[in-house]
Amino acid sequence: MSLDKVLTARDLRVEFGLPGGRVARAVDGVDLDVAPGEIVALAGESGCGKTTLARTLLGLERATGGEVAFGGVPLGRSTKALKAYRRQVQLVLQDPSGALNPRHTVYDAVAEGLRIHGITDDEPDRVAEALSRAGLRPPERFFLAYPHELSGGQRQRVVIAGALVLEPSILVADEPVASLDASVRGEILSLLLRLKEDAGLGALVITHDLGLAWSIADRIAIMYLGRIVEQGPVEQVLTAPRHPYTRALVSVLPDSPVAEPIVLAGELPDASRIPGGCRFRPRCQEVASGGALKVLDQCEGVDPAVLGPDAEPHLVACHLDRVLDDPARMAA
Amino acid sequence: MTLLEFRDVHVTYTGSRGRVPAVRGVDLKVEAGKVLGVAGESGCGKSTLAMAVLRLLPKSAEVTGEILLDGEDLLTMGWGRLRAVRWTGASIVFQGAMHSLNAVQRIGKQVAEPMLVHDRDLSASDAAKRAEALLERVGLPASRLRSYPHELSGGQRQRVMIAMALACDPDLIIADEATTALDVMVQAQVLQLISGLVKERGVGLVMISHDLSVLSSVCDTAAVMYAGRVVEQGPAHEVFARARHPYSAALGAAFPVIGDPASRRNPGGLAGDPPDPGRLPEGCSFRPRCAVAVERCAESAPELLQVEGARLSACFVAQEGEPVVLG
Repeated sequence: MSLDKVLTARDLRVEFGLPGGRVARAVDGVDLDVAPGEIVALAGESGCGKTTLARTLLGLERATGGEVAFGGVPLGRSTKALKAYRRQVQLVLQDPSGALNPRHTVYDAVAEGLRIHGITDDEPDRVAEALSRAGLRPPERFFLAYPHELSGGQRQRVVIAGALVLEPSILVADEPVASLDASVRGEILSLLLRLKEDAGLGALVITHDLGLAWSIADRIAIMYLGRIVEQGPVEQVLTAPRHPYTRALVSVLPDSPVAEPIVLAGELPDASRIPGGCRFRPRCQEVASGGALKVLDQCEGVDPAVLGPDAEPHLVACHLDRVLDDPARMAA
Repeated sequence: MTLLEFRDVHVTYTGSRGRVPAVRGVDLKVEAGKVLGVAGESGCGKSTLAMAVLRLLPKSAEVTGEILLDGEDLLTMGWGRLRAVRWTGASIVFQGAMHSLNAVQRIGKQVAEPMLVHDRDLSASDAAKRAEALLERVGLPASRLRSYPHELSGGQRQRVMIAMALACDPDLIIADEATTALDVMVQAQVLQLISGLVKERGVGLVMISHDLSVLSSVCDTAAVMYAGRVVEQGPAHEVFARARHPYSAALGAAFPVIGDPASRRNPGGLAGDPPDPGRLPEGCSFRPRCAVAVERCAESAPELLQVEGARLSACFVAQEGEPVVLG
């Protein structure tokens, strides 16, 4: 695959020092690609490291290992390098009410990125173009509006317009609809889908909502305790999940393709106490039920390898999955 | 047996913007051992309705109609009787457990408090023992009684809230977005716990949520509210699977079923926001966002009427037997 305009992470690691000398491994070896023209969903529970991963991809958090690159060029640490990078990779925040300054007009909110990047030519045209791409038409009508005069969906469109104004190749959206009312969500998700289809924009959408991934994403990566444990095309991962964790997540959804709900006991362990061997083992239903008996010593002793970004279409970090040779068994 | 009944309940807030109707004539029933789901978006009046049950609304709220708990009207009840009913007759699990727990008190003390207030003869050590049993019942180790709220995760705090709601053995529990802030797996754990309690102990449960798909999996009956009114009511899974009001259809489509090709790369939803309760549109309040509206919808507001079997809908189009979704 050509790396032109592709956002890549290779063996990315982010560690935080905690009081008492402990170390939290928030991101613990992640390979991920996001190319223009595709929507990748990154899903997992709170505390799995998905937001830290997103912040690191944007250069807001420093990686302690591995590499983030755009178009094959590693992300530098200088202000200049970060600025150039952020013209290409833009962030869309979760809560539009918090992301917008209540005393700035829509025009100022959208033009801010241009001003920071010193782009002074055709400012009104660029702002108008970004607003109309975000579905706020006619754009001039919104120039002088303040955030409180807009609906929740319109506010989120303004936030997206602020990201689009720099004409980036990739958007990183952290829970882009979590704070919106249910009926308004579809409007924003349709917009992301349209930007991908019409303008070839790429997006990494971070979410805890698998239904959202089903609605818009092409590929999905499931994250557990700092590591991606399964990734592949949405249709395969969500309708025939192979990792026990993904199967459990999918099984508790209403009308799930997995027949019996598998409710895992306990909660996500602390990132400073990642279990040895397979990190999912202490909660794994296959280990608990004896289904993983023949690979149990591997589950206990061997950490499954980091999944490559695109070596195979559907990748699973599970010892049991590797010995079960018939991949169709879950679908049956 | 009918445990809780709302009869023509109206709630009107009076504030700087004049009189704002938040709930506009709601009739609902909850049976013992059954779960009623109330769905709707922010501002539709669902939380106001929940708070009205235990008279927890601010003074500026005017409540009319009747709210009967075991046949007794909560709205005209004396304060002494109402205090006795709170916690023992009915209790509420609020959303946002972090803000509902006292940050500087240990969990044990908070769980034991309602028991001690409502049973003067109960000794502190017996209350502590019962608190321990309650915590175990909601799947938390008894050692958590010594913890402060900040030492618990969100899911654990929500379980503590449920343990508190159970402290005085109420007949009715109202859960207001009790699982909304939780991750799917923790949500599944809490829902399993709640459904278990309903079955085991025959309590009545009112579950309030914006997530119609969660309600469809847990509730017997679902009522969908829009702009202060119930616009659709019926068996929960039917309302989710085959809506008879265009608003419920849009709300349901916002939570796609994984594996359903119709929702793949096709996010459902509605343009626009719910109306401002202070400035409701003429006629049907859903009309400005409705794709199937007809002329009549602008003239008068449809009543909630039977459209088939146990299904009720407040939509002229559904009442004519026409489909409420385009295409």
